[in-house]
Amino acid sequence: MNNEATITKPTVVDETTERTRTGCCYRPNVDILERGDELMVIADVPGAKNDSIDIHFEEGVLEIRAAVEPRHGNGFLRQEYGVGDYYRTFQVSEAIDASKISAEYSDGVLTLHLPKSEAAKPRKINVQASA
Amino acid sequence: MVFGYQTSRNPLNQLRDEMDRLFTGFLGSVGDGGFMPNMFRNQPPVNVWDRTDAIMVEMELPGVKNDQIDISVTGGELTIKVNRPDETQQGMVFHRRERPVGAFHRSLRLPVEVDSNRVEAELRNGVLTITLPKAESAKPRKINVTGADQGV
Repeated sequence: MNNEATITKPTVVDETTERTRTGCCYRPNVDILERGDELMVIADVPGAKNDSIDIHFEEGVLEIRAAVEPRHGNGFLRQEYGVGDYYRTFQVSEAIDASKISAEYSDGVLTLHLPKSEAAKPRKINVQASA
Repeated sequence: MVFGYQTSRNPLNQLRDEMDRLFTGFLGSVGDGGFMPNMFRNQPPVNVWDRTDAIMVEMELPGVKNDQIDISVTGGELTIKVNRPDETQQGMVFHRRERPVGAFHRSLRLPVEVDSNRVEAELRNGVLTITLPKAESAKPRKINVTGADQGV
């Protein structure tokens, strides 16, 4: 119906590499939080499948990519959002143990666990009292 | 407001209610969204399309479980109520919070009559798809033209 309202999801504008497939690339909503010794990145990527998600971590840059298959027919009566791939990158400032990064996906939510490396963990230093 | 009743409510809430009332009258009450569906209310966007035999409604609801969705069809109106729980735990320090939580609902006036007994909903990978089969009377029908063959 009204196409001005079509794209409500924010789109990626500064994508550096060109895509082989046409179509929009959306920026997923994320929560980023710290819990104990890990950093968690939780991203909403509805419509993605387990094997269509690609996560890359290199030199402090975390890259999330999720391919989403088109799923609509024609004949829209109302189109308020678009369907397409998700892409977002983050510069992670904390020291992360890259070998221990894990990810899980369920119900359209991707959860990444980024454990802090030993050096970055808070340590309590006891002050020795000199007798 | 001349005969305002004394209430113990926060004046800010009162103001918000006034505004809500104003906009409800202004943009059309039966939440088909008016022309600014997502600005005034916390409403998730929907896509609706016509599949000849059914009206299809889709909504992206990542992280929502089956029992947190309530769908009803009454009097030509579809209502979807969703409650996305806040999963904040003790000891979490947020750096960024963009994912919406809480309860929201959306009502849509259906363009044709649907068979409410056969409505189906499926939640897969965070995408809710509702199939609303059209009532027999609303289905497109091919009408054959009959006429007495006069052998012209």
